[in-house]
Amino acid sequence: MQEYRMHLMLCAGTGCVSNRAFDIEKAFNRELEKHNLQNEIKVIDTGCQGFCERGPIMIVQPGDIFYEMLDEKDIPYLVEEHFLKGRPVEKHMYVPKDGEVPIPKLSDIGFFKKQKLIALANRGLINPENIDEYIGREGYTALAKVLTEMTPEEVIKEVKDSGLRGRGGGGFSTGMKWGFAHNSPGDEKYIICNADEGDPGAFMDRSIVESDPHVILEGMAIGAFAIGASHGFIYVRDEYPLAVERINKAIKDAREYGLLGDDIFGTGFEFDVSVNRGAGAFVCGEETSLIASLEGNMPEPRVRPPYPAVAGYKGKPTNINNVETWANIRHIINRGAAWYSSIGTETSKGTKVFSLVGKVNNTGLVEVPMGISVRDIIFDIGGGVMNGKKFKAVQTGGPSGGCIPESLLDTPVGYDTFAAIGSIVGSGGMIVMDEDNCMVEVARYFLAFTQAESCGKCTPCREGTRHMLDILTRITEGKGKEEDIDILLEMSELIGATSLCALGATAPNPVLTTIKYFRDEYEAHIKEGKCPAKECKALIQYTILPDKCTGCTLCARDCPVNAIAGERKGIHIIDPEVCVKCGICKAVCNFDAVRIES
Amino acid sequence: MIKYVLNGNIIEQEETTTILESASIQGIKIPTLCNNEHLTPFGGCRLCLVDVATEKNPDMKKLMPSCTAKIGEGLIIDTHSPKVIQSRRFILAMLISRSPKAEELRSIAKEIGLPEESSKQTAAEKYLFNDAPSIVNTNCILCGLCVRACAEIPMRDAISFSARGMERTVKTPFEKYAETCIGCGSCAYVCPTNTITIEEVV
Ligand SMILES: Cc1cc2nc3c(=O)[nH]c(=O)nc-3n(C[C@H](O)[C@H](O)[C@H](O)COP(=O)(O)O)c2cc1C
Ligand code: SF4
Ligand code: FES
Repeated sequence: MQEYRMHLMLCAGTGCVSNRAFDIEKAFNRELEKHNLQNEIKVIDTGCQGFCERGPIMIVQPGDIFYEMLDEKDIPYLVEEHFLKGRPVEKHMYVPKDGEVPIPKLSDIGFFKKQKLIALANRGLINPENIDEYIGREGYTALAKVLTEMTPEEVIKEVKDSGLRGRGGGGFSTGMKWGFAHNSPGDEKYIICNADEGDPGAFMDRSIVESDPHVILEGMAIGAFAIGASHGFIYVRDEYPLAVERINKAIKDAREYGLLGDDIFGTGFEFDVSVNRGAGAFVCGEETSLIASLEGNMPEPRVRPPYPAVAGYKGKPTNINNVETWANIRHIINRGAAWYSSIGTETSKGTKVFSLVGKVNNTGLVEVPMGISVRDIIFDIGGGVMNGKKFKAVQTGGPSGGCIPESLLDTPVGYDTFAAIGSIVGSGGMIVMDEDNCMVEVARYFLAFTQAESCGKCTPCREGTRHMLDILTRITEGKGKEEDIDILLEMSELIGATSLCALGATAPNPVLTTIKYFRDEYEAHIKEGKCPAKECKALIQYTILPDKCTGCTLCARDCPVNAIAGERKGIHIIDPEVCVKCGICKAVCNFDAVRIES
Repeated sequence: MIKYVLNGNIIEQEETTTILESASIQGIKIPTLCNNEHLTPFGGCRLCLVDVATEKNPDMKKLMPSCTAKIGEGLIIDTHSPKVIQSRRFILAMLISRSPKAEELRSIAKEIGLPEESSKQTAAEKYLFNDAPSIVNTNCILCGLCVRACAEIPMRDAISFSARGMERTVKTPFEKYAETCIGCGSCAYVCPTNTITIEEVV
């Protein structure tokens, strides 16, 4: 094998690729050749590095130099400066805040420093399409250990003792679930990897499948051995073509290496997997619905019990786990339950990947040890709220979760700590909101999502979420009534208690938590007809401050509905009857003369 | 022999049945809308919910649909707890709001004690009876009995659910005249709100 003195780990995840990472790669190869460096320095395409917002990104190894926002036209300069003259280029280094000094090393950047990588252990380190690189990083050694040294019972005990809980949202003990499927009678059993990832804003599963597909195959093979299955399904969200391509390539390579198929490692163990494309609805990710979809039926949840561990695919015992859950397995086997359970809190062990988005400076995927505070994630890793605005709340767990207000920012991350304050860890969404976000609108927005995704099988979710949405909408339109908060609370509690599946049962969470922590905002809308965050269009007016207006006419020219009148050098006035509250005037005004009032 | 507690009484029963069947043997009536003893249980209407706890954890009550949940050793089941009644009233109020003209729903409301007078209703019930905008104009409550009847009795699959959420409806394939329909009338027979009718074709 060719030896290189330097590797350029170029991110080829979906985010960076859409920012033209492949053009950057071509430019690098061209420039390296020009300087006759092609035998010394090699560009390697890696999976998603998590810092998508700064893409395209690249890490130079050895040296750990982190480059961001690469631009094709700067590549010749970068190659010459850094790789010929040995002077790393500041222009593309990370700068925490305007005016601060650039941070050259990845390991010194706040975004990466507080992270702990287990599920994403191979992040940025391997080419996901090359099985040898996975194997080079201890790949398939856990499977070998399981097949040659352990009994299924020992594997289950190890996973149970590790304290790993399902990362798909439910948070059920993985080891216990494996135990149920193992103990279910029958010799035809199945294993499923849930890669449907329907939570808006969450993309850790896509990232794992795209950047480290073999970790899923190895985890599933171990799970199959533990429960006694010989076939597995990977159910991938239809919108993830790159994930499908990478996992198919991984399966093909693993088969060629004898890591899937008959008689794996000569032990007689037989296991193979097939890939299925998701049927498109959020509810397809719910396990019984997913299984119905695999069977070719309408993807609709059914009442549990019986649980899939007893009667799953084709009525046979089936174990289903989430992508991130599977990605933890090989590390637990290789390093032991004691190591894994030493990370985290009493009831939440290991790490969790969050997708940190919204009004935070550093957005992206972050893997953190359980027990870290929400504040550390948002302020140390996330670099705080954008544009110096004030933090208001963070929605965790996607539309099924709840919001966490400023006063609870020190809550440690964990299943039970989050549940205690009305939210959930869920699949790991974290949407940061600032002072400009109206919390009634936030609740309305999330409920609109779940309502639209309700399958309609059961009465409370189908009818109830629609009624709640109607009420929230009328509040944001300034038509709320005194009794609305009571109605919302009553409906939330009853929909939560009576829905068939967790989609309906958790749908009221955003409403419950926003009422709990921001009741004053609801009351301002209902009683005073005001939106304190000045977001609800029906309750705000745009006005021009006479003492600030210079009469530059910019706003009048840009207003799409001609709502602004005024002479050049004279004070301008907005006609509230005509104004559609698009906010363009405020955005274009150079003198900060446009004000929103509520 | 299975021993469990039903509304405070110890029940011993030879075979495993659903809670609904077992309660019926004991002369306890649980309201249902989407269940029919000859068809596969559906668990969708949620009217038949009952409180279920275990001897080990008597305070950990969970609402379960009695049409699908089975009786089991050591279970403590309550078919008429305040929580159960409150839930049933809510479910029914939502269905009445959906299909105000369905007489059958009004008579179940009487049976389970959901009052029609605002003064005796909760905030949500009042909203559902008086204030909620009408969203669909149909007597179909999507219980799915017709769909299952057609699939399981004549085994024709002439009708099925289409779309999701509030847009969900029962339809024939491509909304055309269903070629597999043999006019047996099973669907109309099982419909709890008499939404499906049979016409004589000459
Ligand atoms: C509406 C709904 C959507 C869900 N979507 C997903 C999903 O996209 N991915 C996932 O892993 N689990 C999803 N789940 C959770 C699954 O039902 C199931 O609990 C999970 O796949 C089990 O794996 P785990 O134990 O490893 O978390 C969803 C649940 C509900 C109710
Ligand atoms: S809770 Fe919602 S998604 Fe789940 S079965 Fe009921 S209607 Fe369908
Ligand atoms: S009768 Fe049990 S849910 Fe409808």
